[in-house]
Amino acid sequence: MALQPAFRFLLRHLPATISSIFPKLSIPVHRKLSILNSSSPKPISPTTQITWRAAKENKLVSDKDERFGNGTVSSAESVVNSSTIAAIVTSLCGPPAAVGIVRLSGPSAVSIVGRVFRPASKKKRRGPDWSPVSHVVEYGVVVDSHGNVIDEVLVVPMLGPKSYTREDVVELQCHGSEVCLHRVLRACLDAGARIAEPGEFTLRAFLNGRLDLSQAENVGKLISAKSVAVADSALAGIQGGFSSLVKSLRAQCIKLLTEIEARLDFDDEMPPLELNPVIDEIRGMLQEVDDALETADYDKLLQSGLQIAIVGRPNVGKSSLLNAWSKSERAIVTEIAGTTRDIVEANISVRGIPVTLLDTAGIRDTDDIVEKIGVERSEAVATSADVILMTVSATEGWTLEDEKLLERIQCNKSGSSSTPGVLVINKIDCAPSSLCDWVNTLSSSFNKHVFTSAVSGQGIPDLEAAIIELAGLNRIPTGGRKWTVNQRQCEQLVRTREAFIRLKSSIEEEIPLDFWTIDLREAALALGQISGEDISEEVLSNIFGKFCIGK
Amino acid sequence: MATTLSLHLTRIVSQFSVHSSLFSPLSSAKQRPRLLNCRQSLRFHGRRGFFVSSHAAPRRLFSISASTTSQEWDKHSDASNERYDVIVVGGGHAGCEAALSSARIGAKTLLLTLNIDRIAWQPCNPAVGGPAKSQLVHEVDALGGEIGKVADRCYLQKRVLNISRGPAVRALRAQTDKREYASEMKKIVESTPNLSIREAMVTDILVGKNDNVEGVCTFFGMNFYAPSVVLTTGTFMSGKIWVGKASMPAGRAGESASHGLTENLQQLGFETDRLKTGTPARVDCRTVDFSGLEPQHGDEEVNWFSYDPDYHLEREQMCCYLTRTTKSTHQLIKDNLHETPTYGGWVEAKGPRYCPSIEDKIVRFQDKESHQIFLEPEGRSVPELYVQGFSTGLPERLQLPLLRTLPGLENCSMLRPAYAVEYDYFPAHQCLPSLMTKKIEGLFFSGQINGTTGYEEAAAQGIVSGINAARHSAGKSLIVLERETSYIGTLIDDLVTKDLREPYRMLTSRSEHRLFLRSDNADNRLTPLGRDIGLIDDRRWKIYLDKKARILEEKQRLKTTRISGGDLAAEITEVSRQPVRDSSTLESLLKKPHVQYKILDKHGFGNNLLSRMDKECVEIDIKYEGFIVRQQNQLQQMVNRQHRQLPDDLDYYAMTTLSHEAREKLSKVRPRTIGQARRVGGVSPADVTALLIILESNRRRAHEERKHQMLTSIMADANQEVSESPLKETISP
Repeated sequence: MALQPAFRFLLRHLPATISSIFPKLSIPVHRKLSILNSSSPKPISPTTQITWRAAKENKLVSDKDERFGNGTVSSAESVVNSSTIAAIVTSLCGPPAAVGIVRLSGPSAVSIVGRVFRPASKKKRRGPDWSPVSHVVEYGVVVDSHGNVIDEVLVVPMLGPKSYTREDVVELQCHGSEVCLHRVLRACLDAGARIAEPGEFTLRAFLNGRLDLSQAENVGKLISAKSVAVADSALAGIQGGFSSLVKSLRAQCIKLLTEIEARLDFDDEMPPLELNPVIDEIRGMLQEVDDALETADYDKLLQSGLQIAIVGRPNVGKSSLLNAWSKSERAIVTEIAGTTRDIVEANISVRGIPVTLLDTAGIRDTDDIVEKIGVERSEAVATSADVILMTVSATEGWTLEDEKLLERIQCNKSGSSSTPGVLVINKIDCAPSSLCDWVNTLSSSFNKHVFTSAVSGQGIPDLEAAIIELAGLNRIPTGGRKWTVNQRQCEQLVRTREAFIRLKSSIEEEIPLDFWTIDLREAALALGQISGEDISEEVLSNIFGKFCIGK
Repeated sequence: MATTLSLHLTRIVSQFSVHSSLFSPLSSAKQRPRLLNCRQSLRFHGRRGFFVSSHAAPRRLFSISASTTSQEWDKHSDASNERYDVIVVGGGHAGCEAALSSARIGAKTLLLTLNIDRIAWQPCNPAVGGPAKSQLVHEVDALGGEIGKVADRCYLQKRVLNISRGPAVRALRAQTDKREYASEMKKIVESTPNLSIREAMVTDILVGKNDNVEGVCTFFGMNFYAPSVVLTTGTFMSGKIWVGKASMPAGRAGESASHGLTENLQQLGFETDRLKTGTPARVDCRTVDFSGLEPQHGDEEVNWFSYDPDYHLEREQMCCYLTRTTKSTHQLIKDNLHETPTYGGWVEAKGPRYCPSIEDKIVRFQDKESHQIFLEPEGRSVPELYVQGFSTGLPERLQLPLLRTLPGLENCSMLRPAYAVEYDYFPAHQCLPSLMTKKIEGLFFSGQINGTTGYEEAAAQGIVSGINAARHSAGKSLIVLERETSYIGTLIDDLVTKDLREPYRMLTSRSEHRLFLRSDNADNRLTPLGRDIGLIDDRRWKIYLDKKARILEEKQRLKTTRISGGDLAAEITEVSRQPVRDSSTLESLLKKPHVQYKILDKHGFGNNLLSRMDKECVEIDIKYEGFIVRQQNQLQQMVNRQHRQLPDDLDYYAMTTLSHEAREKLSKVRPRTIGQARRVGGVSPADVTALLIILESNRRRAHEERKHQMLTSIMADANQEVSESPLKETISP
């Protein structure tokens, strides 16, 4: 619903930047602009230009009745974009914010706002039409169709193509209450705007070439981002890191195709094709695709996070570990074995990845009916977690019960035994690590082992490092590339990758030149689908799924 | 494999019927009403004649004479029988195929040409085929055309090019005897039933009330009537030839140009432009010293264009020679660039980029020290040698010195100078994919008039327009060869969707799915269509069916015959560097790298009943099965996506999400499908996305409306019929 982060990003990157949504962040710019607005005499040429523009806009409006309600539009095909859309773009959930924004986009955005907006400045009121200067803030009031003032607003006109949608965009900064925002929106709709479908502003940005498909997809991701790492990766996606990689790969494929096909037609006039550079180039492209594919796992992690189950015998310090790691007193800790009966959850963040820690009841044979259910739950959690932390006590060492417990967990995971396990030797503060030689004999059962002390917090960073390695995050460079690929992009990347692999083997098997073009073309097609340059049904339905048009 | 392949082919064939049905309502609606309104339209033409003359002063003479004769004809209309089903204007390679296919289908056809002695002339290189062009020739033959058979009969030398580059780009090229070629084709045209020939210069197209063609009017005032007219004017329409700075109006050296028709078509609203092309000098082979030149012999095993074995008659081959440009060639050209039309700046028409003049090559590839030049014989009975790769716009006085810079030609004498020709063409976006013009019903364009270059391109368009002209006259639906079915389809699709401004030559790279469009399977792809149209007789049809059955059977045999060890296995291991497992099928052996059918033959595992061409088909189908299947999938995806129809009444100007250029180009070209829309020049992928979104949202809206209507009608019914029923309460909230 709310597009403010994207908007903020946009403001930061537009050449002529204006104030942001949040006054706190934007005071300096804002002030500068308002000074400019009130005192400096306007240069003449832009004004005349804009008057002409407004006149054109007016003509557009008078030609067409745009007062269709939402949804029940039945006119010609041009409806998709010749109309002017409006929506409240700031969040309405939660307590009222100080400021809320109504955004309009479309050919008659300026004239619609002109009908509901009365500038405070007397100079401006003179003309019959409101003729704003792009990217200059104006102060005034919004009136309803009867001329009653309904709110005090700041108007931010951004004339196309220097706007989010590349159309004329006007934003009305109102007071943040739901009542104010709805009244202002109502006034705009009465003046000829149509309510925007969810995501329609971004759709227009996409259709007008402001964003490509993968950039547009990232806008949605950015808006719903819950952690810094997610936001960073979405932002990197909007800025086009991934898009430009895809574009350059595609361009490379097409260049190679051209090279090869030119030789098919004009063999006499071309120097012979040198194989080694071609093979190197393909290898390079394959590597880039592989690198990009690795981020797909990261993306999944960013979206869904990791579930880590802490399991072990009673009283080895599982709950203490959870408390120490989450720096909270989430779980009750006592000296009594079997204190934890139910699953206790704590959310933490490991290198920007949302992680859910699950503390479980100590697993043992028991007659206590409550504890018995707790044990069953522990085992269930252990089977579904992404990582299992098998906790043992350093003072007691590896016991027979531990051995049994390990077997129990492993046989529960029939088949899918690939869940990584970490052996955590807790209470290391109570026993010197030199006593723990037995650990090495268990190395085959666990991917890692870590010595911790839940009391002192010792070993927690090691634990995090182990988790990161297990989740495959260590391969993601921390700096540099931050974007990630989503499921749709991933599928096409896999298709690209397969094509490159076949191409390599064709060259190695000395299959004739012409056959190379088949897989090169396949790769180019797959890459084209990612950026939306090549439109398949799948991409199209994706667009419709995301943007809810014409429903 | 065999089954999937043929399945796909039938699918393609069925596509024709789907698409051709598009035209059926249009053409069947006007089934021969022409006898009724002929008098009216004649008078109409007379008026128009005067109208034209008052506008275009230089044309006055023609128009007035034309209109007076038409009035005369009015009086004696019953005596005249100059009434045909199809009139073909022009007797070149497009005109011959058009006239032959039209007459063979059964249409009473008239071929009008400026000079009967120049029918099927090869004014430039007397050669047929080459990369991509050979596929066109095979395809025309598979449809029942003539060019392949005549080339097979008149060849001087034949070679298969691009052998090592894959079966889809393999290309047969034949050097032909130009005299023999023309006389053979002339004989065929003259002896075809239903086909009349007449010398005439057509100056006007007679147009009826409904913007339909009614016939043509000639310079000497004759009117010929037909509901379908095919124009194949070649380089003759307002043709002008250039040698250096000197020029004269001519269609070819020594032949007068045709005047008046361009202006007439412009009056009818056609857009016209100019193109140029050129031909190199001819030298006397008796004055050339071949001793130091590299000879190029023909193939020992001769391949054929035609699928009809009756035309596979081997003959003695002649040799071509290879020479190269030298430093002094380059110097001479650089010193005299200002004397060439292009660089001197007095000819503006665009020439073919893919067939550049020698000065173009030298200017464009500065760093290349030498260019290959081929010396090719033009016939068994003429001393002329064609100097391929050496066309030039230099004045005649410099041409002989230039030729003499080439090794072997130091003492040569020149028989004909090189010249360039400039001519009118009509950008083919004005045509439908059936090659009928969008403006005038029943008027077809083919060959250089559409901006192409090459005999093969001309023949390919000729056969399509001939078929469609005949079908149009008979009130049948027109056929369209889709892009992915053939090179012919690719050629026509490019012509009608792209706003081409330079001569268009067929290239292998123009076809995205060429692995499917091979020369060895052109009969598979197109002969059934040719049969349906009526160009493939019973004998040819049986040949086709037999071949298909043989290949199918052989594939089955290879699949089921197993070998263990032995000489064959040993040789295959050696050739492919892969082990051969016990009881491997012959099919699996053939799939190994570098293994050819010949090896099976050598060890007695081949099939003697198969011809060399059959074996090639089997080998390709088996060996490259994986690639073929993959390409087929690509094709299927593309077909699903791109064959999405665009409604005829789309208002592109109202689509504000399209770029201005796209709105303009799409309105001009009016593509039929999404695929064509994206191939239109100036339409970006973003435009296609926007277009698709508009279509899809229209579709959804229409769907919603239907649902809504249905619901309201149900509600109305419910209200009327069972007003007491509880249903009413649940539906209307």
